[in-house]
Amino acid sequence: MRLADPDFGTPDRGGETVRLRINGQSVEAKSGDSIMRAALTAGIPIPKLCATDSLDAFGSCRLCLVEVSGRKGFASSCTEPVSEGLCVTTQNDALAKLRRGVMELYISDHPLDCLTCADNGDCELQDVAGQVGLREVRYAGGASHIMEPADTSNPYFTYDPSKCIVCSRCVRACEEVQGTFALTITGRGFESRVKTGAENFFDSDCVSCGACVQACPTATLMENTVIQNGVPDRSVLTTCAYCGVGCSFKAEIKGDQVVRMIPFKGGKANEGHSCVKGRFAWGYAQHQDRITDPMIRASTSHPWRKVTWEEAIGFAAERLKAIQTSHGRFAIGGITSSRCTNEEVWVVQKMIRAAFQNNNVDTCARVCHSPTGYGLKQTFGTSAGTQHFESVIKADVILLIGANPTDAHPVFASRMKRRLRAGAQLIVIDPRKIDLVRSPHIEAAHHLPLKPGTNVAMMNAFAHVVVTEGLLDQSFIDARCDQGSFRDWLEFIRREENAPEALALEIGVSAEGIRAAARLYAKAEHGAIYYGLGVTEHSQGSTMVMAMANLAMATGNIGRLGVGVNPLRGQNNVQGSCDMGSFPHELPGYRAITDDAVRAEFDAHWGTELHNEPGFRIPNMLDAACEGRFKGIYIQGEDIAQSDPNTQHVEAALSQMDCVIVQDLFLNETAKFAHVFLPGTSFLEKDGTFTNAERRINRVRPVMAPKTGMAEWEVTQALAQAMGYPMHYESAAHIMSEIAALTPTFSGVSFELLDRVGSVQWPCNEAAPMGTPVMHEDRFVRGQGMFVLTEYQPTEEKANRKYPLLLTTGRILSQYNVGAQTRRTENVRWLAEDILELHAVDAETRGIRTGDWVSIRSRIGEITLRAEVSTKVAPGVVYTTFHHPMTGTNVITTELSDWATNCPEYKVTAVEVTPANHRSTWQEAFTARHATQVELLPGD
Amino acid sequence: MILRGLALSTQWWLVPKGVRVREQSGIDPVYNELEPKRRCEMTSLNSLIEPFAQTMGGPIRALRAVMAERGWIDEEAIVEVAEIFNLSRAEVRGIVSFYSDFRTSPPPARTLKLCRAEACQARGARAVCQALESETGQRIGEAHEGAELEIEAVHCLGLCAHGPVAWEGDHFFVGLRASDAKDLASGALSGLAWAAATSLDDASPEWLEGQTRLIFERAEMNDPLDLDAYLSDGGFSTLARDGNELLLEIEASGLRGRGGAGFPAAIKWRTVASQATDTKYVVCNADEGDSGTFADRLIMERAPYLLLEGMALAAKAVGARQGFIYLRSEYPKAALVLEEALVRLERSGLLKDQLQVELFIGAGAYICGEETSLLESLEGRRGLIRAKPPLPAISGLKGQPTLVHNVVTLSAVPWIVRYGGERYRALGVGASTGTMPFQLSGNVKKGGIVEVPFGMTVRTLVETFGGGTQSGRPIGAIQVGGPLGAYLLPEQFDTPLTYEAMSSIGAGIGHGGIVVFDDQVDLIEQARYAFAFCELESCGKCTPCRLGATRGKELIEDIQREGPSQEKIRLLDDLCEVMTHASLCQLGGMTPIPVRSALGPMIDAVRQEDPS
Repeated sequence: MRLADPDFGTPDRGGETVRLRINGQSVEAKSGDSIMRAALTAGIPIPKLCATDSLDAFGSCRLCLVEVSGRKGFASSCTEPVSEGLCVTTQNDALAKLRRGVMELYISDHPLDCLTCADNGDCELQDVAGQVGLREVRYAGGASHIMEPADTSNPYFTYDPSKCIVCSRCVRACEEVQGTFALTITGRGFESRVKTGAENFFDSDCVSCGACVQACPTATLMENTVIQNGVPDRSVLTTCAYCGVGCSFKAEIKGDQVVRMIPFKGGKANEGHSCVKGRFAWGYAQHQDRITDPMIRASTSHPWRKVTWEEAIGFAAERLKAIQTSHGRFAIGGITSSRCTNEEVWVVQKMIRAAFQNNNVDTCARVCHSPTGYGLKQTFGTSAGTQHFESVIKADVILLIGANPTDAHPVFASRMKRRLRAGAQLIVIDPRKIDLVRSPHIEAAHHLPLKPGTNVAMMNAFAHVVVTEGLLDQSFIDARCDQGSFRDWLEFIRREENAPEALALEIGVSAEGIRAAARLYAKAEHGAIYYGLGVTEHSQGSTMVMAMANLAMATGNIGRLGVGVNPLRGQNNVQGSCDMGSFPHELPGYRAITDDAVRAEFDAHWGTELHNEPGFRIPNMLDAACEGRFKGIYIQGEDIAQSDPNTQHVEAALSQMDCVIVQDLFLNETAKFAHVFLPGTSFLEKDGTFTNAERRINRVRPVMAPKTGMAEWEVTQALAQAMGYPMHYESAAHIMSEIAALTPTFSGVSFELLDRVGSVQWPCNEAAPMGTPVMHEDRFVRGQGMFVLTEYQPTEEKANRKYPLLLTTGRILSQYNVGAQTRRTENVRWLAEDILELHAVDAETRGIRTGDWVSIRSRIGEITLRAEVSTKVAPGVVYTTFHHPMTGTNVITTELSDWATNCPEYKVTAVEVTPANHRSTWQEAFTARHATQVELLPGD
Repeated sequence: MILRGLALSTQWWLVPKGVRVREQSGIDPVYNELEPKRRCEMTSLNSLIEPFAQTMGGPIRALRAVMAERGWIDEEAIVEVAEIFNLSRAEVRGIVSFYSDFRTSPPPARTLKLCRAEACQARGARAVCQALESETGQRIGEAHEGAELEIEAVHCLGLCAHGPVAWEGDHFFVGLRASDAKDLASGALSGLAWAAATSLDDASPEWLEGQTRLIFERAEMNDPLDLDAYLSDGGFSTLARDGNELLLEIEASGLRGRGGAGFPAAIKWRTVASQATDTKYVVCNADEGDSGTFADRLIMERAPYLLLEGMALAAKAVGARQGFIYLRSEYPKAALVLEEALVRLERSGLLKDQLQVELFIGAGAYICGEETSLLESLEGRRGLIRAKPPLPAISGLKGQPTLVHNVVTLSAVPWIVRYGGERYRALGVGASTGTMPFQLSGNVKKGGIVEVPFGMTVRTLVETFGGGTQSGRPIGAIQVGGPLGAYLLPEQFDTPLTYEAMSSIGAGIGHGGIVVFDDQVDLIEQARYAFAFCELESCGKCTPCRLGATRGKELIEDIQREGPSQEKIRLLDDLCEVMTHASLCQLGGMTPIPVRSALGPMIDAVRQEDPS
């Protein structure tokens, strides 16, 4: 059975309807179609090898020849456009003979090892040989490439040139789909071979997105898992559990073993594309470190004991109840996970509100995009990005701020790059020279490498240029925005203190550069803002979000295709976990807990009486724990001991608690402080939905039964019941029906709808039954767009004589967040440890060379890691990631946070870097604790 | 000097001293390699490459500059080119590996390029080649590590009437014999300075008798670069005509593309003219790669203003303001003359605000003579064939409407405009209107340009102008139309040289190359060579050509070894069918023409043996 989706040969280019005749049959097509697409759409087969509908027609294999009446010779149906009244013949003796002749040539340079080939039964070459009726290969003993050795350097796929038919699909996929240009054909004629720019795939520019493997019609580029396990026999359509792009994948399976993940062409977020994480780095779900039994222990120095679910849940409930008895009902709380499904998150926040009887629920969005939620709600009225991903294809100028999409949101980056190659202009505001500043066929019109912490100054300067140079979109402002707030803002932003010239020194970028970039954005027909954690993770993160919203409104760049203010959200379901009421002050759908009417609705539905005051945020919980006022926490799928800033503080807080319940796949850093370990499920075992950065609700479908025996929502439900609150869901779909009933933006959502239409973007309700791709089209959600004054306040964290450098942290393509998943895959081959990037000048003055161990110190702490001298960062700025727990990057990040949301200021830490010859004190303690805690795990 | 048997024209034109490639103009310093090698390792890669950053086809120009300066392209240069042009390393590697002028290993002290194409073959190139191989102990075309001399095979240097030909550094060797091998290998043989060697063409009154020189009448000026003389002869006076008038004249003339396809020029012009875009281009295809052809070269060397006037007229008619001449790198003198002509023309201001023409030098790829491959190359990429549609006239260079014509076609335009399309059409026969500068070469006593109206028979042309074979033996076969042209056998010699008549016998005019072989010709070997040439020059995009050429060559080698059989002939037939009908372009599509024509007698014989 073939699992591949139908392939129409050439891309859908749309157009008007035309009619033509193919083999006498009347066929309807679109004017942008090729004859091949028209025929295949109509169910008329045409053999093909170099054509696939994700790539532009190439016309090289010559198998798809057809006859067009009135024309001499034969036309390749992939490159020949349809037109009204065309008469096409796809099959006759002459065509059959030519096709057999072409196939005979192909096979004359191909090994005859179908029976032992990994692609046997899933090979287009094999299919086409059958399709054209090839019966013999008469060329014997000639030159061939079948002795060429395979390139096995990539951990996930093998390149076997002996099987290559030089159709260039891989090369074209790398260019057109991924946009990396890592492949080429070298030589010409018979010597044409697929090559990278280096000796092998691993050492080349290849980013292992898998597009080439997917495009390959033979076994030339093949997933190693298929080579090992054979061709899969069934598939389940699901959603990737890595970043906020939310790619749809077909998990291809044998038995209940996943053999490979194939990006789904019908996936609206990814349209058949993928990155190294989603495509290949899913092996962690079967990793030996995975814990599948519940465990409990009296204290963190006791050994873990495997117990039944009943015992674990009973133990946890007793401890939590005991805490509430002795320390009051506000002494416990919980954290929902942005990696879990909407349904799982819903149940956790409900348990906390209804069973714990308080609002001490928060989520990891606290430490990433909480300012997005706040800022966009203040200005536009809703806590989400304005566009769907597809919208970028209409953008003329893209303003990219504090985001590194090629590393953190690679599949969206490919889409953006496609648009940039087609002519859109790019402005990058980032302290680092990220790949999008300049990489093959992409070059930013402006890169403004600002000093970390000066975002708001930059945005104010942009807005000042817009206002003072007459670039306002007055008609949009008049029609759509709150006039009073606009007047105040106008008066504020006009001030000289906001002029680029006044701020250039502070920002560290020339005033002319700022002016030119601001003009480019403001004058664009379609100007789109995309941003990431470089915007939010600052002490003025919320201010910055509002400053961007102001700018978009002032230039009329809201409410259409190709414009908008778009957060690139970090985790797979960070949007969803926020939507599901994970914040202490908001019920699902971003409705205030203090709103009596809203609360009454929930009270009625849940049969409880919700507390009317906001609960603790994560930092409040940790602070209260250190003060002995907060004693118990339920943490689902988040590793605050690695991911949250000021690690020492987090560790101290966790150590103070009586009951730390961790629900996770692995014994993560936080679990080392836990008393109850509830094994979690991987995305391959989950049933539910994830909501991506474009508000798209995607289905997550189980590929296998939970390895733990219980779905995560069932575990939460059992704990809620043990705490004395009746909770009785039958299924994830049942939970979704409650979500829909209680959340106005979700009222039209159901599993039935999602299974039918694939996915929808909220709001999905009576007003928009099929969802809402672009928000604020006719009016803002809040009515009129609100301008907010955004005065620039420099962060307290400043470079000084003791700490002269500014550290900023980020992500790398191969790794994800705390690395819990990616570190347990071959992705570590690309980043075995976190590396400190520093500029050559700073390295030189400190006597540091690439590969040296360096100590990096802030006023909070010190760690040691290896250095890489780089020109990506500006002098005075250093950069690293926090993917490896051993690094302890957050040991040095500070307690400072966003004024409105407490989102930590990960992006600015004053540090000093010096050569080192030993691990830091914290790292030594970490190593010791790690060894102890592993010892305490039960044996098999 | 070796000038055996050659009537050297008495007043060949030499490059005036002091004429150098324009500096700082972003133009290829391509002829540095013709100067004694001045290797300067101090020149930074960046300063070599950077000047081409904003130019059309920049990566290829930059790589040429690296080759000229350093002799080869190393990894560092690949990285630098990738960086400056914002390409990936893979792309640059792909480009470097596509063009035969680019080498990725240090060059030996001496590189000798020996022509192995048909016109030289007909004059004994194989014997020279064998002698050279046994003299040096190395196979031609194979690099030998540490060898002081490397012998490269090239396929046509445009000196076809004077072969066998070789090229080393700043010298050409013509009329080579096997007995020259020793001196050639040791470096003792003295050659002709390139300027002299490329001026061997005869224009004596005796030779011109019986010709109708419309294009080449302008090629007999004393100093081809004398713009004043060209102007006083009426040059560029045609520029006053308006665009539509020009179109009408071309329509009336019935002019067809002289590059090989014979497509009516007026249809192309109309198509480009009717495109409603601001940017359009005129591209002159001067990648005259067919063995046995040299008309383009001679026009460029001797009548550069004629070509430029033709381009200017075409540009005016179609609404283009920018033109490019894509010139093959094997024509060093043409490059230098054109470059100087462009400088002088620019200085004169004649084409100011009308047309800006730039010269682009290729990097060694026969396929780039195909118009879509040429455009790819001109954009600085691998010269891969583009599928049509879209036609270049609608979406060509950089996706803009582009008029692509070869040198002869464009050079015919000034005469047509000056004397009228009707007068042009009156020459020739039927739809084969006007004159064609046929290029006679191979095993003839005398070769050169024979510009006559279409319609003369092959035999008349060869016998009237060629004066019999050089070897003195009877003519055995005549290949008309370059390496993709048919081998005519004696019974076909009376075919008139018109598009229609040639087509009726399965042959073509091509670019007008006529290569004569005597009766010693080994037609099976010629068929093998046709496949081998296709194998060597295939861009590798489409399967019939990429694999078919190799299989065809192998099949014929098998026949050469073991004799023909029904099965082999049937397979060969099937292969020829596939290549003819399924190839993406005419390289693969027409390779069966020389093969089938050359093997005709053998195929007939085998069939007769076993008529089943």
